[in-house]
Amino acid sequence: MKNLKFIVPLVMFMVLAAFLMQGLKLNPREVPSPLIGKPAPAFSLPRLDDPAQQLGTRDLLGKVWMLNVWASWCAACRDEHPHLIEFSRRKAAPIYGLNHKDKRPDAQRWLEKFGDPYTASLSDSLGKVSIDFGVYGVPETFVIDKRGIIRFKHIGPVTPEVLRDKVEPLLKRLQAEDDSAA
Amino acid sequence: MTLQRSGMAAACIALAALGAMASDGPPSLNAAQLEARTQKIAAELRCLVCQNQTIADSSADLAVDLRSQVRQMLGQGKSESEIYDYMTARYGDFILYRPPVKETTLLLWFGPVAVLAGGLAALMLVLRRRVQLAPSNFESDDSEFLGSDNEPANPPPR
Repeated sequence: MKNLKFIVPLVMFMVLAAFLMQGLKLNPREVPSPLIGKPAPAFSLPRLDDPAQQLGTRDLLGKVWMLNVWASWCAACRDEHPHLIEFSRRKAAPIYGLNHKDKRPDAQRWLEKFGDPYTASLSDSLGKVSIDFGVYGVPETFVIDKRGIIRFKHIGPVTPEVLRDKVEPLLKRLQAEDDSAA
Repeated sequence: MTLQRSGMAAACIALAALGAMASDGPPSLNAAQLEARTQKIAAELRCLVCQNQTIADSSADLAVDLRSQVRQMLGQGKSESEIYDYMTARYGDFILYRPPVKETTLLLWFGPVAVLAGGLAALMLVLRRRVQLAPSNFESDDSEFLGSDNEPANPPPR
């Protein structure tokens, strides 16, 4: 019994170390979104290419789609852009762009220069829809299912690995889902 | 000219006051009160871009937007808890500097107290056991330095 006493500090140290080790692996930038599994916020926004036309959540019910939040002033968006273009060529799902707090001419010039992976981009010039989507670090990418439920969120630039290992399998699974429950 | 203007201003204030009295909601706030309440709520919200700052302190784009959102909601007569609900629905509990007490946050809230209580209990136990020990278990107060050696430990300076 007496010898065991020496183990107590060691055990305490090991418990503390285990907690701290776990903490090293966590990424404080990745805040779990409360919106996963919830309906995508309803919005209706003017299209970037034709502001007279509105597009919104309701128009997209019945299909699996991706929402990518981007801006011409956002450097990280440029990093992910080639990957999105590459991904859009594979036509796994339509990608809609949410043009976050941007000026229309700037955004259009940006797409001309770097290519346009989006089925359509929507102008969220005030950033209100972004707040509804809980966006805090542009770029962000969402996957929304046929019933309009947010199923996945990626914060920061998407990488080919994320697209291949997470997004693509999820899209396949969601597209196989029945949307009659809507 | 100035008279006219001040007359106009007075009329505006009177109208605004009338409007405030007429509405059923809470009395409308004046600008300073609104700002104070906005600041108070903003100081409870974490800026997610610069995570160790509050929305009140931060000048990040998102913080500015969320502050104006808070101001706008207060202007619409929304209560504080409605605003916190609005924020957590979008950004999760993480946005609150004071997370709510619930199952997943029990360890966070009471862990430190539990560790402190455990430490105090251990200390009590050790001290109580020590009181009951016979004197022979302890070293004598006459330590070697003073007892066995005839020379004083610190010779006085000459």
